[in-house]
Amino acid sequence: MKLSLIFSILLVCCMFAKAQDDLLGDLEKLEPPSKQLTTSTFKGTRLVNGQSVETKHKGELEFIFAHRFGRINDGIYELFGLDQAYVRIGLEYGITDKLGIGIGRNSVDKTMDGFVRYKILQQSSGSKAMPFTITAFGNMAIRTSPRKEDATFDITLEDRISYTGQLLIARKFSPKLSLQLMPTIIHKNTVDQTIENNDQFAVGVGGRIKVSKSVALTSEYYYRFDAPAGNLYYNPLGFGVDIETGGHVFQLVLTNTRGLTERAFISETEGDFFAGDLHLGFNVTRTFQFKGVRK
Amino acid sequence: MNEMKKIKLMLVTLMMIFSLGTTAQKFTLEKSIVKFYSAATIENIEATNTKTVSIFNATTAEVAFLIPIKEFEFEKQLMKEHFNEKYLETEKYPKATFQGKFSDFVAKEGEQQVMAQGKLTIHGVTKEIEAPGTILMIGNIVTAKAKFKIKLEDYKIKIPQLLWQNIPEEVEVTVEFIYKPQ
Repeated sequence: MKLSLIFSILLVCCMFAKAQDDLLGDLEKLEPPSKQLTTSTFKGTRLVNGQSVETKHKGELEFIFAHRFGRINDGIYELFGLDQAYVRIGLEYGITDKLGIGIGRNSVDKTMDGFVRYKILQQSSGSKAMPFTITAFGNMAIRTSPRKEDATFDITLEDRISYTGQLLIARKFSPKLSLQLMPTIIHKNTVDQTIENNDQFAVGVGGRIKVSKSVALTSEYYYRFDAPAGNLYYNPLGFGVDIETGGHVFQLVLTNTRGLTERAFISETEGDFFAGDLHLGFNVTRTFQFKGVRK
Repeated sequence: MNEMKKIKLMLVTLMMIFSLGTTAQKFTLEKSIVKFYSAATIENIEATNTKTVSIFNATTAEVAFLIPIKEFEFEKQLMKEHFNEKYLETEKYPKATFQGKFSDFVAKEGEQQVMAQGKLTIHGVTKEIEAPGTILMIGNIVTAKAKFKIKLEDYKIKIPQLLWQNIPEEVEVTVEFIYKPQ
């Protein structure tokens, strides 16, 4: 009799113990397996000179002011390049979170450019994880220099136009490290065919390492394929420091190119990085939110 | 023989009473809103999360919830990005959790004041907290509300010291959970 009483008490105790079990453990089971999109692969839409996979969010307008000084090795007479300036002023607008358009004006060759950027895939973790973010980038640029009357041949509008197509493939390996690969084609309608091809293929590599929550180090390099013998241009290499504060991103850069459109910096870089033909510069962006404010 | 039957009957009744007490009365979320708000000099920051999961055991008054940090929605996308990337380090610490109980809770119809006591984990840091709240039971729908303040430094949420600061050091959290039986 006593035995069965003890047994019953034990049983009741067990049931109590069961009711006291770990609620948090139960919660983990309740939580639906969700796909987590990887964001902030890079701080800005520019890596150093070139594009990053980042797009603006819907309704965001980014004002970008980019600037390259002259060559540091021009010496004290040019105050190490600080007397000169090559500027690109641009705007980029997010039509959706994936699709963006932009325009810009670069003082190098007085170039106007317009571009479209579309995020094809976004890196994610969790269920159906995607290892990469892939953004397609295309632009058209018009050189308005030289003027018709100054040109050495009968220059037409078509002669002034070039196109760029890029696939930007990036992976954020950790919150600190992101790397990007950029297969690129640049088509120029008119070139001096003794030193250049109309189509210039290139592949870029770049990345960033975050050193603190608001500061990251970046670098970027483009390798050009099949540049004709006699081509005097160099491959562009650049290093940068990204500093982010609120809606601003400041990017301080050191690079061997002064151009800020793809044609200029990928296929027509005049400086030899290792001979010291370096330009200091910066990109400053400010993001304004217009539409799509979420309540 | 008769006596044995009596005891057996008593035991069975006892067990039934206890088992009644233990099995029923687990509630899960039907709807939830977790909000935080902080008044700052340049712009106020407000975010809402509706993706919380929670279990409330009305028998023991125990409660636990889990908030996926990335589901906080802000007025501006850039704020959300900075919140996840710089302040909460969401990739490292994707969830905030609470495990504890509503002390003074009694399973009864109507509204009552309770004190939520337990362990709150945010940004990988666990703290014992106490927050006053109310529970409203109507039929088998349980609504729990609480409001409390969180000091960012308690959870090692650091504000980068650059140019100007957008985020004050204390934020007010409002929680509203509507439960139904599991």
